[in-house]
Amino acid sequence: MKRNLMMAFESSCDETSVAIIENGAKILSNVVATQIKSHKRFGGVVPEVASRHHIEEITICIRDAMQEANVTYDDLDAVAVTYGPGLVGALLIGVTAAKMVAWAHQLPLIPVNHLAGHIYAARFVEPIEFPALALVVSGGHTELVYMPKEGEFQIIGETRDDAAGEAYDKVGRVMGINYPAGPTVDAMAAKGNDTFDFPRAMDKDANYDFSFSGLKSAFINTYHHAEQVGNKLNHDDLATSFQNAVVDVLVDKTLRALKNYPVKQLILAGGVAANNGLRTRLSAAIDQLPATQLIMAPRKLCGDNAAMIGAAGYVLFKEGHFAGLDLNADPSLEFDWAPDVIQ
Amino acid sequence: MKVLALDASNRPLSIAVLEDRQILATTTTTTHQKHAQFLLPIIDGLMKDCGLKPADLDRVVVAYGPGSYTGIRIATATAKVLAFTLGIQLVGVSSLQTLALNFTRERQLISPMFDARNQNLFAGLYRIKDGKPTVVIPDQHVELSRWLTKLASYKDESIIGVGDADHFPDQLPANFTMAENLNKLPQAANLGLFGQTLPAVQDIDSFVPNYLRLTKAEADWQKLHPEEDSSSYVEKV
Ligand SMILES: [Zn+2]
Repeated sequence: MKRNLMMAFESSCDETSVAIIENGAKILSNVVATQIKSHKRFGGVVPEVASRHHIEEITICIRDAMQEANVTYDDLDAVAVTYGPGLVGALLIGVTAAKMVAWAHQLPLIPVNHLAGHIYAARFVEPIEFPALALVVSGGHTELVYMPKEGEFQIIGETRDDAAGEAYDKVGRVMGINYPAGPTVDAMAAKGNDTFDFPRAMDKDANYDFSFSGLKSAFINTYHHAEQVGNKLNHDDLATSFQNAVVDVLVDKTLRALKNYPVKQLILAGGVAANNGLRTRLSAAIDQLPATQLIMAPRKLCGDNAAMIGAAGYVLFKEGHFAGLDLNADPSLEFDWAPDVIQ
Repeated sequence: MKVLALDASNRPLSIAVLEDRQILATTTTTTHQKHAQFLLPIIDGLMKDCGLKPADLDRVVVAYGPGSYTGIRIATATAKVLAFTLGIQLVGVSSLQTLALNFTRERQLISPMFDARNQNLFAGLYRIKDGKPTVVIPDQHVELSRWLTKLASYKDESIIGVGDADHFPDQLPANFTMAENLNKLPQAANLGLFGQTLPAVQDIDSFVPNYLRLTKAEADWQKLHPEEDSSSYVEKV
């Protein structure tokens, strides 16, 4: 069988990325230009700044991805692109670029949901078997997604306020840690003790939803109160206490979901999936469930990248799910809820 | 030379396909709000009407700003990636100058302006010379009152106001006349003709919209960190 070669684009937030993927499973190249250094200056992603960087980087990324993969346009079979969710101005650069490459070379255009992309980063570990459940945790998302079969995504739970990664950034800022704070807080958490016993919001609720704004407020109140009375709190202990509260809820809810939705595989994906605390705790918990295999997205594919978009796009390509030339960015794109879920 | 020309800088969306000095097809609409959605279907339709394939193009000419940030970014990304992926020539023309291309009377002064809100403008002053608008006062982001001060030394000549000039009917001086009808709208056919006379962009990678204005975050940052080099904020990982 002739190999399928796909050029994939990702530009939903602060990474411009272009990848060449073979048969949805093999990375020939995955060029990622990150703007973190730029947005660090502002303590978080500034949308207009992000859009401006994307258009500066886009052709460089295309050229590098093709050179690294050693392919020409004649070799390509399709073009995949993230069209949502994300920052609209940022998404538009990837969408526009993908449309022009597809149109110029008469290739099918595949519209990919960014979260499907995150989930399919796990495809580079091994093939996804269905039914499957995915825990997607990032700076913008915290969701449990049930996949009854290939190409079907159903939300069974999501955060009602902050995403987990967003909470990391906010408590990080309070402790004087620069954006993005996740990796630093994770490293500190490995050294401290859980001495603060922060709230585990919604942990006992029957649904699969999350809430992290209460935890964030509890953390900030504790910190500021201590500051006012001249108390210096141990930052490692704060990090451990915060991280334990986040991970407890994520793991508890996921295990409960697995009871009602027995699956062959549990997939951990998204930027926060690179978190060591979460990886360790989830691995230990899944050891108790021999029927379910845990697949964790490779660490370097947890953040935003186009390789994952190519993997998810290949599923749509096989189904003949193509976009028209009128494809637009959809900043609030989301999966449907599962029909039978407890809300 | 087969040329695609496009302008999506503001509400009007104008696209043309040309072969040398012949305008093969053109369309200008003012009804679309979602340029990202409508631009490529219109380009594709015009190209098909002309019996052309994308690979037949030799040059893309784009009005690359100033204007709506989203609009100029969509147009610029479209032209930039198309030129890059086909390996053809790319030309950028000021979106303000593009409006001045609607006028041909020799020595006429033209002040294209875009409303940048709060009594601010993107504006430039052009004079027709040998049939083409040449720069008298360069494009800039400027307060309306300051712009009118700059125009004061031309008070003995007539100036044509075009673009959003009609947003300020009571504030413009008496030597202003407003462009009317088709002349109010950017015409990609004129852009395509003009763009054939200009040199192509040498380095397509670094071709970006001409915003004429820093983002607020960037401006505030530069004020606080005047020594910082702002050229290397994106890293390949
Ligand atoms: Zn993401």
